[in-house]
Amino acid sequence: MENKPKKPTPSIKQNLGRHQDQVARRGNFDEVAMGFGLEEAVTEAARCLGCKTKPCELACPVNVKIPEFVDLVHKEDLGAAASKIFETSLFPAICGRVCPQETYCEFACVLKDKFGPVSVGRLERFTADYARKNGLIKPPACAPDTGKKVACVGSGPTSLAVAAELRKLGHAVTVFEALHEFGGVLSYGIPTFRLPREVVRFEVDMLRKMGVRLLKNVMVGKSISIEELKKDFDVVYIGSGAGLPTPMHTPGEDLVGVYSSNEFLTRVNLMGAHNFPETDTPYYIGKKVVVVGGGNTAMDSARCAMRLKPDSVTLLYRRTRAEMPARAEEVENAMEEGIKFEFLTAPVELVGDERGRLKRVKCIRMELGAPDASGRRKPMPQGGSDFFIEADSLVVAIGSSPNPVIQQSTPGLATNKWGGIIVEEATAKTSLDGIYAGGDVVRGGATVLLAMKDGKAAAKAIHEKLSAKGN
Amino acid sequence: MNHDIYSTEGLYKIVEKTELSDTISKHVIYAPLIAAKAKAGHFVILRSREGGERIPVTLVDWSPERGTVTVIIQAIGKSTTEMNALKQGDSFLDVAGPLGTPVEIKKWGTVLGVGGGVGIAELYPIARAYKDAGNKVVSILGARNRGLLILEKEMAELGEVIVTTDDGSAGKKGLVTDAMADLYAAGRGPDAIFTIGPIPMMKFVALASLPHKTPTFASLNPVMLDGTGMCGGCRVEIGGKPKFACVDGPMFDAHLTNFDALMKRTAAYREQEKESLERYAKDHQCRIGLH
Repeated sequence: MENKPKKPTPSIKQNLGRHQDQVARRGNFDEVAMGFGLEEAVTEAARCLGCKTKPCELACPVNVKIPEFVDLVHKEDLGAAASKIFETSLFPAICGRVCPQETYCEFACVLKDKFGPVSVGRLERFTADYARKNGLIKPPACAPDTGKKVACVGSGPTSLAVAAELRKLGHAVTVFEALHEFGGVLSYGIPTFRLPREVVRFEVDMLRKMGVRLLKNVMVGKSISIEELKKDFDVVYIGSGAGLPTPMHTPGEDLVGVYSSNEFLTRVNLMGAHNFPETDTPYYIGKKVVVVGGGNTAMDSARCAMRLKPDSVTLLYRRTRAEMPARAEEVENAMEEGIKFEFLTAPVELVGDERGRLKRVKCIRMELGAPDASGRRKPMPQGGSDFFIEADSLVVAIGSSPNPVIQQSTPGLATNKWGGIIVEEATAKTSLDGIYAGGDVVRGGATVLLAMKDGKAAAKAIHEKLSAKGN
Repeated sequence: MNHDIYSTEGLYKIVEKTELSDTISKHVIYAPLIAAKAKAGHFVILRSREGGERIPVTLVDWSPERGTVTVIIQAIGKSTTEMNALKQGDSFLDVAGPLGTPVEIKKWGTVLGVGGGVGIAELYPIARAYKDAGNKVVSILGARNRGLLILEKEMAELGEVIVTTDDGSAGKKGLVTDAMADLYAAGRGPDAIFTIGPIPMMKFVALASLPHKTPTFASLNPVMLDGTGMCGGCRVEIGGKPKFACVDGPMFDAHLTNFDALMKRTAAYREQEKESLERYAKDHQCRIGLH
């Protein structure tokens, strides 16, 4: 780039990235955030002070070497920048898109208050995309084979992180996935307009190139037990996720048109139902869609529904915008796309017709009382505030809990009262010897980045175990 | 022969295919991990190609020695029609399993199997497992007509078989519940009943056995998506409580099952299914016309 700004020039306005037009994008599943061009990236990289104390790197769940890679972006050496990120994370195109950077690196950036932070997430995404599109990515070298065998259960972010780390150290890794696509929540959950599938496939494929064996269509706990796997592998890592949907326990939840967010998102994201009848899996949303919940999954569900072109999508949340667990950016995106938000509102009954199809949702208004266990003000129903919303379909997106199948089928595996697997925090060890666990099956529904962080910590502990004498 | 259950070599290949009727085919598929772990009552989820639906089908047979599993598919919609168009030597794109909870096999005494249509295929391994466990097996097999009656010979090897058809072209003209009534009237009521077939049939089998308090189990077939307990689409109401057919079932206490709710939920995509099949049929004829 000619006349590029000298580094550091923190006073350059922070580049928050461009978005696909808010009306046009309602009609497609293409990515909403458009990503930097080279010039934008180099200019944004010039803002970085390159702090010796690296507050951003320390705040990163997977400790990406941020000041160093940003410097390489400024030098326009994108292959080296990608390799620098690869030293601690093999999934920059995924993380650059789905990590809530505003709570990690960008929150820690010393420029935050005066100028706005360096757009680290957008730079990470740019680096990964540029390197991928220009063939600059080389799979990292792996240590000589150790002869040790590790099974990873599930192919979501936590298992991918474990597989990457342990394969680099020379262990033989096999990943078991129950579905027909790898990536776990990255494939069935997160919509393509936030995370294009070619990105997931490329980063999963890198593991394959490193020699990781990836097996689809095997549901550990049903197809084969943990005890059976333990006979064939030295260590088993359980990263089976939080795939159990939480029902509302509201009358009428069995009506046709009522979906868990898992089912609705899986139909669209994994099965491509939005392309029916070109693809074979159908969906049914009718003209009026209601989504219940205030987290990222609720935003994903509402935004997916909007792209299926109904007359309206209404989101019900029992608290106010301030208490919403969803990323602020996702709430803004959803509002821009024309989703109607009904705050302080909860469904109390779903009413159907004689064919058993949803027709109306009976709601009540709430008010906020004293703070509850979560520290947020508890919503209290307002007496006599009942009203009805017309609805042909409703998506329940009020959370999910750990997938229970492995816990139920593995005697002696200790779990907590929410069904999560209990682990020793620093090592990810479960109550059973040689069995480790991490990600959402331990935490309940958390984030992709925390799942990856768990995976990295577990890989370290597993490597120590496998390298110990007598093993 | 020793099969590496973790190998992907030759996976999901149709090593043997037999047409049982115009619309019903038997596929023997290479899937050594599933073959090694399968039990009566397990099912698999099949996909024939990219963009294809996930179709759950109960296992009819399996051979750990050959590394194969056997399924019987009736072409009803587009996906099953496409699957039955696959030839010996072709491969399925995906076969996931074994899934579900296997049937508890114990000694009841006399076990009555009531199968309807292609449900007879799913009844067969369960009847065989009960026979192997020392039970006396009696079967009532119902079909619309002789052409749609399958596995009569195999079921006869396990014990007495009573056939009923809607048109009387095989066995007795009438319903499976008529034959059940005859058994009870003759003082030959069984100790347990297993039924697999169309939902209305299973509902009436449950109603027929209820006054006699015969333990009765039905294999439920709700709309299923992932089959791994993740989406809740296959939820069924058992004793007033929601259960997931994919992981808790598909076999449940028929006297506790809300069949009416199940029937409404299975009709959820009827219009889309019809649209898809009609489109497929039209496309197919056009192509045939070009040759």
